[in-house]
Amino acid sequence: MATIYIDNKPYQANEKQNLLHACLSLGFNIPYFCWHPAMNSVGACRQCAVKEFKDENDKRGKIVMSCMTAVRDGLRISIDDPEVKEFRARVIEWLMTNHPHDCPVCDEGGECHLQDMTVMTGHVYRRFRFRKRTYVNQDLGPFVNHEMNRCIQCYRCVRFYNEYADGRDFGVFACHNHVYFGRHKDGVLESKFSGNLVEVCPTGVFTDKTLKRHYTRKWDLQTAPSICPHCGMGCNTIPGERYGTLRRIRTRYSGQVNGYFICDRGRYGYEFVNSPERIKDPLRRVSGEGAGPGKYAPFEKGTALGAIKDVLNVSRGVMGIGSPRASLEANFALKKLVGAENFFLGIPDADYRILSLVLDIYTKGSARTPTLDEVESSDAILILGEDVSSTAPRLALAIRQAVKRKSFEAAGGMTIPYWDDKAVRIAAGGRRNPLFILSCSHTGLDDMAKERYFAAPDDLARLAFAFASRIDTGAPGPEGMSPDFKDLTARICGALESSKNPLIVCGAGAKNEGLVQGAANLAWALRKQGKSAFLSFVLPGANELGLGIIGGRPVADALKAIGEQKADTVIALENDLYRSLDKKNADTLLSAKFSITLDQISNETTKKSWAVLPAASFAESEGTYVNFEGRAQRFYKVFVQGGGTEESWKWLRDIMLEAGRPEASNWDTLDGILRDMANEIPVLAPITGIAPPETFRIAGMKVPRQPHRYSGRTAMHADKSLLEPKPPEDRDSALSFSMEGYAGVPPPALIQRFWAPGWNSVQALNKFQSEVGGPLRGGDPGKRLFEPGPGASPAYFAQVPPGFQPRKDEWLLLPVYHIFGSEELSMHAPGIASLAPDPYIALSEQDRLQLGKQEGEYMEVGIGETSYSLPVKPVRELPEGIALMPSGLPGLSGIGFPVWIKKPGKGARR
Amino acid sequence: MNERPLTGMFRPDGLAPDIKEYESKGGYQGLRRALSMSPGEVQEEVRASDLRGRGGAGFQTGAKWSFVPMGENAPRPKYLAANCDEMEPGAFKDRLLMEGNPHLLIEGMIIGAWAVQADIAFIFLRWAYKEAARRLEKALHEACQGGYLGKNILGSGFSLEMRIHTSAGRYICGEETALITALEGKRATPRSKPPFPQTSGLWGKPTVVNNTESFCNVPHILAKGAEWYKSISRSADGGTKIYTVSGRVKNPGWWELPMGATVRELIYEHAGGMREGYKFRAVIPGGASTEFLIEEHLDVKMDFDDVQKAGSRLGTGTMIVLDDRTCPVGTVFNLENFFARESCGWCTPCREGLPWIAKTLNAIECGEGRYEDLSMLEAHCHLLAPGHTYCALAPGAVEPLQSALKYFREDFSRHIEGKGCPWS
Repeated sequence: MATIYIDNKPYQANEKQNLLHACLSLGFNIPYFCWHPAMNSVGACRQCAVKEFKDENDKRGKIVMSCMTAVRDGLRISIDDPEVKEFRARVIEWLMTNHPHDCPVCDEGGECHLQDMTVMTGHVYRRFRFRKRTYVNQDLGPFVNHEMNRCIQCYRCVRFYNEYADGRDFGVFACHNHVYFGRHKDGVLESKFSGNLVEVCPTGVFTDKTLKRHYTRKWDLQTAPSICPHCGMGCNTIPGERYGTLRRIRTRYSGQVNGYFICDRGRYGYEFVNSPERIKDPLRRVSGEGAGPGKYAPFEKGTALGAIKDVLNVSRGVMGIGSPRASLEANFALKKLVGAENFFLGIPDADYRILSLVLDIYTKGSARTPTLDEVESSDAILILGEDVSSTAPRLALAIRQAVKRKSFEAAGGMTIPYWDDKAVRIAAGGRRNPLFILSCSHTGLDDMAKERYFAAPDDLARLAFAFASRIDTGAPGPEGMSPDFKDLTARICGALESSKNPLIVCGAGAKNEGLVQGAANLAWALRKQGKSAFLSFVLPGANELGLGIIGGRPVADALKAIGEQKADTVIALENDLYRSLDKKNADTLLSAKFSITLDQISNETTKKSWAVLPAASFAESEGTYVNFEGRAQRFYKVFVQGGGTEESWKWLRDIMLEAGRPEASNWDTLDGILRDMANEIPVLAPITGIAPPETFRIAGMKVPRQPHRYSGRTAMHADKSLLEPKPPEDRDSALSFSMEGYAGVPPPALIQRFWAPGWNSVQALNKFQSEVGGPLRGGDPGKRLFEPGPGASPAYFAQVPPGFQPRKDEWLLLPVYHIFGSEELSMHAPGIASLAPDPYIALSEQDRLQLGKQEGEYMEVGIGETSYSLPVKPVRELPEGIALMPSGLPGLSGIGFPVWIKKPGKGARR
Repeated sequence: MNERPLTGMFRPDGLAPDIKEYESKGGYQGLRRALSMSPGEVQEEVRASDLRGRGGAGFQTGAKWSFVPMGENAPRPKYLAANCDEMEPGAFKDRLLMEGNPHLLIEGMIIGAWAVQADIAFIFLRWAYKEAARRLEKALHEACQGGYLGKNILGSGFSLEMRIHTSAGRYICGEETALITALEGKRATPRSKPPFPQTSGLWGKPTVVNNTESFCNVPHILAKGAEWYKSISRSADGGTKIYTVSGRVKNPGWWELPMGATVRELIYEHAGGMREGYKFRAVIPGGASTEFLIEEHLDVKMDFDDVQKAGSRLGTGTMIVLDDRTCPVGTVFNLENFFARESCGWCTPCREGLPWIAKTLNAIECGEGRYEDLSMLEAHCHLLAPGHTYCALAPGAVEPLQSALKYFREDFSRHIEGKGCPWS
């Protein structure tokens, strides 16, 4: 730490930082635009000027840019010096010469960094009397609205899009005061992180196009802390609601998880909550008169509970099907309701085996699962079989940063500070940390890879074993590897061995247990060599790991029970069985006499159930997810859906209470079920401590979900009643559905919005961090459930899998993932659905030629008893004997990958 | 007769000497001597000559080279570039040199490359200099054929590849780091220093960028020695300088003169004084980004230090004379409009401040000026000071404006009072 003098008062500041960063962390307000804590300094906007003095006798001083000035001991500066205040006001005046001043019709209005900074500098009077320059705007696709006239040329958009996220279809054009930020022509932004432009842009050039369709000012949004439900990363989000519909998602900063950024699936998938397909009342299949397929009638909650109780009373056996997208609480409640013996994890068999393995590895392993923040500090990365860019997009963004972080090292050697972004890039001269990707076909991270290798998952697994045994001869390795393999092994192991923090990434994507075992062996071998190796497994569901921790039997056992008529009732929790199982098995489960489904959106399963209970979505629920890292995180209700909708765990609790079951008697509030879970499942012991309990108050107050300027509250329902309805009560958390409550910074797990005096934009976040860009004040929320023991020395997986044997008449069909398309809920968001690919089958070039098929030509593909007609997509690098099909697309769901399928005869046509 | 190392070989017919003629008049002797010396010795010779950068900044060329990492562990490849992107209004000295004697530039660059042990050299050429490009291409070809370029130059073991890069045509490319960025195929925006190009320039590798005229001095320094080079100057700065005069003088043109010729000599002897009916009002001494000098400065020596003492800069040594029948406001508008257009758009003061200046000057010139405009213009001269902007473009751009407001205040007022330009 250094002592610096700000307006003649001494302060302690971090010498590694630039002056702007340090001053903001000290709580000073210095206006800025181009600087961003995740993207550092480039000195473009000249807004953060301060005055620097040589010593205490220097009265004149000189104006310097604080973002480009290093903190050093004895540094003397002034923020309040009249000359430099005047300079900052003039910078705003310049920026405003061309700004349209259209705040009343601008979506950024009320949360605009440019507005905040303008007020901060005190510039009010317009002297520029000439014409403003104007631009033509572009259609950038369904997510991001473009209004270039508002641009103040801070260059943050290109720096994020091109330099941080490595996008290539966006850029800066033209020059002087006609600089233009956009694409070379209209079109959908290719980057899967394009939505971050909305938050990175300090004004209204890039705004949320989905919000625009149901626009609401920030001050009219009811918000709460939430967790993204669209993959296993557990990104922290802030959804906002008004008039009973979800309006948008914003990033909720977390120093250890998602930092400042989230992916477009996470930002724009939310519209499923507003889907017309939402189930809002309990439904019962109509019997007798008016009966027919898909004929359902609503029934009252009380009646529903009574009817279900009756079913449970007469049932020969009740089975519960859990869900990787339901909360810990809901899965736990279902397991309690049906009993441990009758609880089945509602995931495909391959996923079940991999999930069990991953849990085993996390429990006994010696390699730590990294936080996303730690991923960025890895200096050598090996990805085994997973297209991270599609299955765990935020992890892919972190890996990009890790690869590029080599530049800091190079710059450090030239005594260039890490924050001098342009200089760091120049000094690095393109040097990168090594990333190796071993997979079946291309992935979205290939552009960062030092080396790519394509092979069948079984062969990749053998390679992983080979790497492990090369690094530690005690680890089992395959016999008879080809010389090619040996060279590859030498290159990759060499890079891993010369790194400090190697990271091995694998996942459920390739549906291969051997690969998961190989990845673990490799990470453990590196640990044995003294490396602080990280090991990360990507799992698809938002709470997949949580489901595994709750624990249950494979679905195959449930099918057996139905077949043996040991059970006649099935309760499916937030699980479309036609996605999790193949059609035949889903049909079998739903052939039970009574099938009860809890879900949010109408799907094949709800349409075939005896009764359907409307489950609250993530935005209408309180609960806990465990992310890929093993971090348990709490999410909160943003709003109450109304109608018959209820959180799944409460439906299950109420059924149990109706049935007179004592286990649920303590589940009056969320804290009750959390306590029971923590007591019963040792791994989950920390979950009661991940967020304040319901009884938590600050100065006797709850934390309000509505902002201090929430408008029209008393008039919102005036078309129905002149009396303001009583706001809903939240008996499960320390948050309230109200404007009244504690107005300051709440504990980190309860941060419902970033807003501070003078800072109305998302950049008010600075005031919520213990150090700008660092952890939230009070620590980043969530608790890690798995930490390797100090002396952990797991036994290696001993079974080296055999190599892949292509078959003459069959292909091994494997899944390929699409960020837009493969995830269930987000596909109910129109923007996401519009970008999903149409179904296809990918064949190697060799297979395509052998079949005599053109690209795009249709072919019949038989899987089990179902036949699909799909266009052929050639994938040059695909290994022999393997075909790929998109996972989870509508019309292609319920395929039990991996599966062998018959090759059609030559020239077979549609 | 003065020594004219830079232009002595120019042919009366305006064509460029070919390699035979160049060699017969002593060409490539400097290179031969340089190759017989160690790179360090060559650097030292150039440093001893007091050659100062002819692009306008006046930084010692030898000192610039000495920052390049040398030895076996130095990063490779190392690059060398000639800044031939001459675009300063009023400047045409580099075009003369490239058209008049392209081999001189090439030889200077090869010597420079030997001195810093560069592997690849670029001639970064302004797109509009089509004739220069043709002549340089021919000369490059001849130099390769003659063994002065390529592998194992003159049996020395030293190899150098040299290429012409035709710029897309922006003034900012003349800024050293923007030039490097443009060479990389990126937007021509300047970079921050450090890292300095000598350690981390083109594609992150050690890079030296020198002005065309600077390189053209080098062969003679090597051929005849630093002492000789210093002796041909009339000032503390070594060597000769190409001075040019444009404006309403009798004999506009260029002259190679010993460094330190005075303003008066240039305008009244070489350029023959003002044309009939025109009176001298002021002169911009070193290209558009330097402050006006007036009558009282006529005896200032045109070298780096003396012009600075007089409140301006030697810059490129290419003078533009302002007479009494040309509107100074219109003149300054013309210059500021150029700079506003040539801003790269990276930093706010330059991108937004210069257009405001230009629009205001235009308003004054068109009779729409207001008294408060003058204080606004004056404020901009201070607001666009060095350090307030990312690079030197805007601070340079306000130099003529600042001095115009000082020397021609009355003319500005007349525009505003009379609601129009008195000269129109």
